[in-house]
Amino acid sequence: MGLVLLLLALGVVGGVYGVATTTPSSADAALVGDQTQIEEGRRLYLEGCSSCHGLNAEGAASGPTLIGVGAASVHFQVATGRMPLAAPGAQAPVKKDIYSSEEVLAMAAYIASLAPGPAIPTAEQIDYTDADVAEGGVLFRINCAQCHQAAGQGGALTQGKYAPSLMEASPQEIYEAMLTGPQNMPIFNDKTLPTEEKQAVIAYIMELQEAPSPGGLSLGRLGPVVEGLFLWTAVFAALIGAAVWIGIRAR
Amino acid sequence: MSSDLTPSDSAATGDGPSAELAHGGVRDDRLARPEYSGPGALPLAAIDHTPRRSDLYPKAARRVERQITLMFLLSMLMAVLFVIGYVAIDVGAEIYIPVLGTVGYQNLVLGVTFGLGVFLIGAGAIQWAKKLMPDVEVVQDRHRLQSDPAETVKAHDQYERGKEESGFAAYRIMRRTLIGALALFPIPLVVLVRDMWVNDDPALAGMSPAEILSETAWTGGLRIVIDGSLAPLRPEDIPVGGLVSGLPENIMEIQEETHTLNERGKSAIILVRMDPGDIRAQQGADWDYQGILAYSKICTHVGCPIALYEHRTHHLLCPCHQSTFDLADAGNVIFGPAARRMPQLPITVDEEGFLVAASDFAEPVGASFWERG
Repeated sequence: MGLVLLLLALGVVGGVYGVATTTPSSADAALVGDQTQIEEGRRLYLEGCSSCHGLNAEGAASGPTLIGVGAASVHFQVATGRMPLAAPGAQAPVKKDIYSSEEVLAMAAYIASLAPGPAIPTAEQIDYTDADVAEGGVLFRINCAQCHQAAGQGGALTQGKYAPSLMEASPQEIYEAMLTGPQNMPIFNDKTLPTEEKQAVIAYIMELQEAPSPGGLSLGRLGPVVEGLFLWTAVFAALIGAAVWIGIRAR
Repeated sequence: MSSDLTPSDSAATGDGPSAELAHGGVRDDRLARPEYSGPGALPLAAIDHTPRRSDLYPKAARRVERQITLMFLLSMLMAVLFVIGYVAIDVGAEIYIPVLGTVGYQNLVLGVTFGLGVFLIGAGAIQWAKKLMPDVEVVQDRHRLQSDPAETVKAHDQYERGKEESGFAAYRIMRRTLIGALALFPIPLVVLVRDMWVNDDPALAGMSPAEILSETAWTGGLRIVIDGSLAPLRPEDIPVGGLVSGLPENIMEIQEETHTLNERGKSAIILVRMDPGDIRAQQGADWDYQGILAYSKICTHVGCPIALYEHRTHHLLCPCHQSTFDLADAGNVIFGPAARRMPQLPITVDEEGFLVAASDFAEPVGASFWERG
């Protein structure tokens, strides 16, 4: 009897401990943003961002205000290397990020401390394991495919801007992009595209990323135009070569 | 060369070398393989001919023979390998090949073996024809194309007799009315083609195609729902910089009634929200709701659905042909082949605070059509 009670007690304690340690995810903890983290973020901000976005993130001619953009926006822009910008241009490209993840979270905490804005999504929010991939496909075609292309390969916008390929995007980046609308991407907030639908979209994009190409040479999955171009150049060149070989006089 | 092949000519071709010399052709006496001179042999053309290595040297001819035989043997091997690959390789197995990437193993083996099997038969056949079969130019005259003069005269006489007997030339009015009847005969077909569209919706009964194209399901007070979840929307749901694809709330009922997607195609809209200060012009006074603008989702060029909206420039770009519309400036075309601005849907909110259409579109949505002028 005593042994059973002991085991029961241990089980309960273990369970409570497990719940207590898993619920606040790392992203949540970052949102709380203790004062030292905010101070560190402000220091990094002044060093790397303030020349364009202003000393108090109020914005300037060379960069928009960051007040109210939220931690999610900072995390998306900096962790993917889009910010800081290497050179002014039509669009901030993805490049190697120069900050550690702690530094990115510190800057996110600093910007989030200025005004409320979209928070970094929690691990639970970006968990797409139970999401409906087919529904995600429908939502992707309604909301995303016109810019990012039906297979998520990206596409051109106006005047040198472009929608990037989604083939390397992580669930967190996809969620943050929908939430914050980076650069010219429209915002899909949790009212117009609820969390479950965002998870379905993420599940669909992950499916696209993993989709096998049994025939090889997918030609960027850009569809009939590229396939036709390949046919009319490479394949026809081979056929013309064969025709020339057939026609050459034997010696 | 003579245009007629008379029996005596063709008989001459059977005579062998002397016949070719009559046509001026050159026959090389050194050939390893003598040319065919039996029945059916054709005279050589008067064109200089350089013999091939395989014509002159028996060794070279045998080398070519071995080469071609090897091709046919390899083709047989490919057929066997195909069957082995089909049986032995797991369907799901993958293999990494440089350039191609990760591909299906069986897929690759089947394709390569079957492709090479066919290719080697073809390549062997071509090599055979090029290196071993005779490559001298020969003459084969064709028969005369013109009809026999007697046949021509007979045909002309029959035509004249028909004209006379039928009275086609004599009965003038009858002839002209026949031509008139034949000219009018296709008109019913044209009318049928024009009416080939199916009007299933009782609400559209009696309307012409142009009238149907000119109006959509939107009416004043009809709620806007999100394409996808079909949930109604409040203005505060859409953030500045946000984009929502919208439909009328009764879209599913309409689709069930009509069994077509026509109405979805016509009434699809996008809702965008911008800072009201950014709006330079609209298609009607106060057609927005606190900076929320509703525009048709259907391109006015050839009707592609477009939601390619840049929320900082307020440009709406059609991915089909790059027509660009400025949603901050009444949806006017700023680039591309579209000839008309993007129609705007006037919106407001109902007493429960949901976004609704204030009325239908003021102009037809989508691509231009004949009656639109």
